[in-house]
Amino acid sequence: MSGPLLAVEHLRIEFPTRRGILTAVDDLSFQIAEGEVLGVVGESGAGKSLTGAAIIGLLEPPGRIAGGQILFAGRRIDNLGREEMRRLRGKQIGAIFQDPLTSLNPLYTVGRQITETIEVHLGLDAAAARRRALDLMAEVGIPAPEQRIDHYPHQFSGGMRQRVVIALALAANPRLIIADEPTTALDVSIQAQIIALLKRLCREHRTAVMLVTHDMGVIAETADRVAVMYAGRLAELGPVRAVVKQPRHPYTVGLMGAIPAIGGPRHRLAQIDGAMPRLGTIPSGCAFHTRCPSAFEHCLRERPDLLPAGASAAACWLYAEGRA
Amino acid sequence: MSGPMTESAAVAEPFLRVSGLARYFDVSPPLLNRLLERRERLWLRAVDGVEFSIRSGETFALVGESGCGKSTVARLIVGLYKPTRGRIEVDGVDLAMVRGRAAEKPLRRRVQMIFQDPYASLNPRWRVRDIIAEPIRTHRLRAGETQVRARVDELLEQVKLAPADGGKYPHEFSGGQRQRISIARALATEPEFLVCDEPTSALDVSVQAQILNLMKELQRRLGLTLLFISHNLAVVSYMADRVGVMYLGRLVEVADVATLFTAPGHPYTRMLLDTIPDLSMSGHARQPVGGEVPNPIEPPPGCAFHPRCPFADARCRSERPEPHLQGSTLVACHGIEERRLPEALRPAPIRAIPEE
Repeated sequence: MSGPLLAVEHLRIEFPTRRGILTAVDDLSFQIAEGEVLGVVGESGAGKSLTGAAIIGLLEPPGRIAGGQILFAGRRIDNLGREEMRRLRGKQIGAIFQDPLTSLNPLYTVGRQITETIEVHLGLDAAAARRRALDLMAEVGIPAPEQRIDHYPHQFSGGMRQRVVIALALAANPRLIIADEPTTALDVSIQAQIIALLKRLCREHRTAVMLVTHDMGVIAETADRVAVMYAGRLAELGPVRAVVKQPRHPYTVGLMGAIPAIGGPRHRLAQIDGAMPRLGTIPSGCAFHTRCPSAFEHCLRERPDLLPAGASAAACWLYAEGRA
Repeated sequence: MSGPMTESAAVAEPFLRVSGLARYFDVSPPLLNRLLERRERLWLRAVDGVEFSIRSGETFALVGESGCGKSTVARLIVGLYKPTRGRIEVDGVDLAMVRGRAAEKPLRRRVQMIFQDPYASLNPRWRVRDIIAEPIRTHRLRAGETQVRARVDELLEQVKLAPADGGKYPHEFSGGQRQRISIARALATEPEFLVCDEPTSALDVSVQAQILNLMKELQRRLGLTLLFISHNLAVVSYMADRVGVMYLGRLVEVADVATLFTAPGHPYTRMLLDTIPDLSMSGHARQPVGGEVPNPIEPPPGCAFHPRCPFADARCRSERPEPHLQGSTLVACHGIEERRLPEALRPAPIRAIPEE
């Protein structure tokens, strides 16, 4: 298959309110290749979760896709009907959310939920589906799957529940998984386990992942490329090593500097003054210019294009032709 | 700052001393169930024998994962819970000897707390200036409303907010700003000791940096002693002078910050350090330890960590280790005491700031 697995083109997500239209995601474009892990990182309000929701067709009204398109394997999916989207979800695109109980129905056993997905999307009979469910549970590291398959979600610990959710997401062998803060609610030691698991399984199954998180550490460990979002826009996009070690966009530089470094200086953390603008109060031109130490007059006038910057690309006029 | 904690260095009385501290919660099934189903009483040992001290002006961090008891320790120190067992001494005063509101008041002035959730810790129906003024009024620290208002304005400026913000309600502020308001309120009584329970865990990274910088600056300027509770090791490495690692209600290791991060002793500490993401992209392979934190209602016998410990032996499975001094570090581990653990090899300090 040539071309990217997922292509988001000029995506625009709006919220109509009494006081006017709020643009939560504004002209966002990126791609995910087959088998690739793309990290989408940003702070609260950056629009990363909304983007994930829009891709799997779970954007909650009144939020709506107001512009652009989303293509999966070359086919447009942002305008599919509910039934078609439901078929796509699960079979081709799986989802993992922060709270396992978002994905798991507390009233059904874990086994019933996994086998249901397998039966519906892979067309196996009940016995074959159950065997596959057991294999999946073993694969995600749940001990004694033959007993636990008939347990309810509340009988699992947080980390184990998230493993069940991963099993569920992988059950129908999707080509893409949208994972929204999959480890944020877990203890750090469990986080490390789950991340290692997700990485390994996606590599083995050749599943692409869109990993949405605010945690740069998780990105550094898991992603191939990373997209940094700010105020509904893309600030930087590049290979993870490049973005983490040599961030180009002043926002990314500030973000990396704000993370305390073990063994680093202890008198002061690099800080970005102010806060991310709220919807409806986004500055003209570059959304970051009011907080940017390197802003100049072009930044106030015109929103920057995504420009090549070293090994990455940054939406920043510092990288325009003729500037250092 | 750090230096070895020798006897002579600790000559000055510590500001806070905690000994044999324990807090159990009764989580028994209801009486009828116990009678009919013949079930036992159940106790959750949230804190199960903890011992440490904090010197004046020092920042002591308590770190651990969920269920380790660090938040319960914070609440015990501040008086929100009474201990089941053990002693808490603040500036030489045994808290158990302090009875009655009149006696408690001076202590309440000197010890204040900052909470994790900036959305739950401020009364949504009060204006910010009244939230901050409340402790000033309670302790009669200023005479007359003009003086009180002036002090509130001063506190707002100290946390880098404006006096005009005093007239607003909490919902008009972001999470980071609300934490500043909480800090202003905590500083209103001119305390000596601040207990901070995950003060930045609910905040974005860039906001966290602002709040941590603010806290460090205020500590320097006001000479505060800090008990800093966190699950985030990177934040702890930035803020703390000394660190206590907790697991299932017990302290497994207490060391100065540099030693903890370069030469961790206890196997749980080593495992925790291994969970810190490597932002230097060194490609150093991490070894996530398997298993999960056991149920605190039914902790494992002997050493609580033994089911997950690669070095556990028969003694670990039956006998609870007591903390012993290893150099300047306090550690509760049979394997270390018996000298059968290998040295923990830490790679070069992990840096997030890109190399020039």
